[in-house]
Amino acid sequence: MFTAMFGAVEQGIIYAIMALGVYLTFRVLDFPDLTVDGSFVTGAATAATMIVLGYHPIVASLVALLAGFIAGCITGILHTKGNINPLLAGIIMMIGLYSVNLRIMGLSTENATSLPNVPLLNSETIFAKFAKIWEPLGIDSFINNIVAGLGAQTLPQTWGNLFMMIVVTLVIKLIVDWFLKTEIGLAIRATGDNKRMIRSFSANTDNLIILGVGLSNALVAFSGALIAQYSKYSDATMGIGMITVGLASVIIGEAIFGTKSIMRTTLAVIVGAMIYRIVLAIALRVPFLDASDMKLITAVIVILALIVPQAIEKQKQKKRKAKRLQARV
Amino acid sequence: MLKLEGITKIFNEGTPDEKVALNHINLHLKPGDFVTVIGSNGAGKSTMMNMISGVLTPDVGKVWIDGKDVTNLPEYKRSRYIGRVFQDPMAGTAPSMTIEENLAIAYARNSSRTLRLGVNRERRDFFRTALEKLHLNLENRLNAKVGLLSGGERQALSLLMATFTKPSILLLDEHTAALDPSRAELITNLTKQLVEENQLTTLMVTHNMQQAIDLGNRLIMMDKGQIILEVNEDQKPNLTIPDLMAEFERIRGEKMATDRTLLG
Ligand SMILES: Nc1ncnc2c1ncn2[C@@H]1O[C@H](COP(=O)(O)OP(=O)(O)OP(=O)(O)O)[C@@H](O)[C@H]1O
Ligand SMILES: [Mg+2]
Repeated sequence: MFTAMFGAVEQGIIYAIMALGVYLTFRVLDFPDLTVDGSFVTGAATAATMIVLGYHPIVASLVALLAGFIAGCITGILHTKGNINPLLAGIIMMIGLYSVNLRIMGLSTENATSLPNVPLLNSETIFAKFAKIWEPLGIDSFINNIVAGLGAQTLPQTWGNLFMMIVVTLVIKLIVDWFLKTEIGLAIRATGDNKRMIRSFSANTDNLIILGVGLSNALVAFSGALIAQYSKYSDATMGIGMITVGLASVIIGEAIFGTKSIMRTTLAVIVGAMIYRIVLAIALRVPFLDASDMKLITAVIVILALIVPQAIEKQKQKKRKAKRLQARV
Repeated sequence: MLKLEGITKIFNEGTPDEKVALNHINLHLKPGDFVTVIGSNGAGKSTMMNMISGVLTPDVGKVWIDGKDVTNLPEYKRSRYIGRVFQDPMAGTAPSMTIEENLAIAYARNSSRTLRLGVNRERRDFFRTALEKLHLNLENRLNAKVGLLSGGERQALSLLMATFTKPSILLLDEHTAALDPSRAELITNLTKQLVEENQLTTLMVTHNMQQAIDLGNRLIMMDKGQIILEVNEDQKPNLTIPDLMAEFERIRGEKMATDRTLLG
């Protein structure tokens, strides 16, 4: 149980980067971008392929980020310059990227032009590289002693992945927070809030949308690159439903922590991504559910995340009204 | 400062809904001119404002600002020179952003936007001083979301945002129409104050004749896509509502007569 939960938290933090990307489009830009399902895999495929070809995993991950940025920009261009509805622009890109991703993975070997997956079993991932620095520090045994002392029976192999991902994700969160407060960031937020207003203050909303969707997908692809290295494979189908996962994370986080400020909301999104993974891990332990039901479980979680807050709000309003009426009597 | 030359705009040309919204409009504003615009519904006032701001492009004619032909400049490029306040108090601000963030967006109008922080200490001081002029205590609510402000407060903020970077042209399209009378008066006074302080060349559309008379140094009356009356600087100080009514009816009466002859 502990191992499953631990894995869920580790993955949750990596997926949180993807959720931050989804937050940028869905919430900040008010642009429902479905490119995510494709660009997540683009990130995974690019990183995995480059690592197999011998590139350093950090370089591979950064190139993956760039690939996602380009994919997002194209979606933005389709919408702004091609006048294609945002949902449709995203779906078109998602479909197109599927083939692109197969081609990218095909570059990992000379025997094929396209491949549905790239395993990373013996390759050096970013996590393996980090473990080399982390293990000699002896922190694992130190923490494990404490945790064992608290009564845990099974212990994780390493705390290094968790530590590294917390740092990486927090750094990305801080960059996003800072960016959204810069002049360009403010203009992007205003574009999602009131296009007419921001145009009257000499901002080119087309370019801002392209940039915003680009950055969003850069984060999504980066997250994909890390997930590929974490699970040691890249697969053409690993992005299916990713947008739903991202949305679920955003909605769960916002429902629990609110949206008072940008800094708080981005933190909420990260925690939301972790909660989503934990709920999923718990659901998978229900005896009659198995791994193939994961997408259905995801759908149900999202439906609940969308409906429950509404129901709670209605209840609250009813209570408030009852109180007001009582006060009057 | 601002010149409209033979501006014509026809909506839905060649369909049964064809509408000549602007019919050969000529208008020239000197620096510092404050022109009020009146006219019945559908006269073409908003369409004329949209021609100047670049929301619409004319079918025929040219728009000049500061001696530059801006006819083909897109809206976002023109808005470097143009401050605008809309009729809808919701339209001029970003509701989910704070007061200081909204001001920062307006502040960045003149220069290209960079990765500098939108709000720093120096700018915050500047914003605070600017807000003090509104006497609405907004200077102490810099971090309040604009969506929480009342319509009047929002409109005052919009007005400040439109003017404090001293644009070449200020366009006000019925910017007090959605407010209750006391709020409207507040905004009218603010308009006067900010325009005078910054010496802004201003074009203001209003349905309130008294407001049109009280504010500005010139007045124009529009009807059916044309400017049918121009009151210049010398005549404006003596203008009264009955004068305007009489003038309105005289011109309208004439129009009706011609219409009837045409039909006959
Ligand atoms: N986008 C459009 N498409 C078709 N017709 C339009 C469009 N915009 C305006 N019109 C028409 O052009 C005419 C002038 O409209 P405009 O909004 O300029 O009037 P206005 O003088 O601002 O009126 P009001 O006092 O009601 O605001 C109206 O008949 C209007 O129906
Ligand atoms: Mg109008």
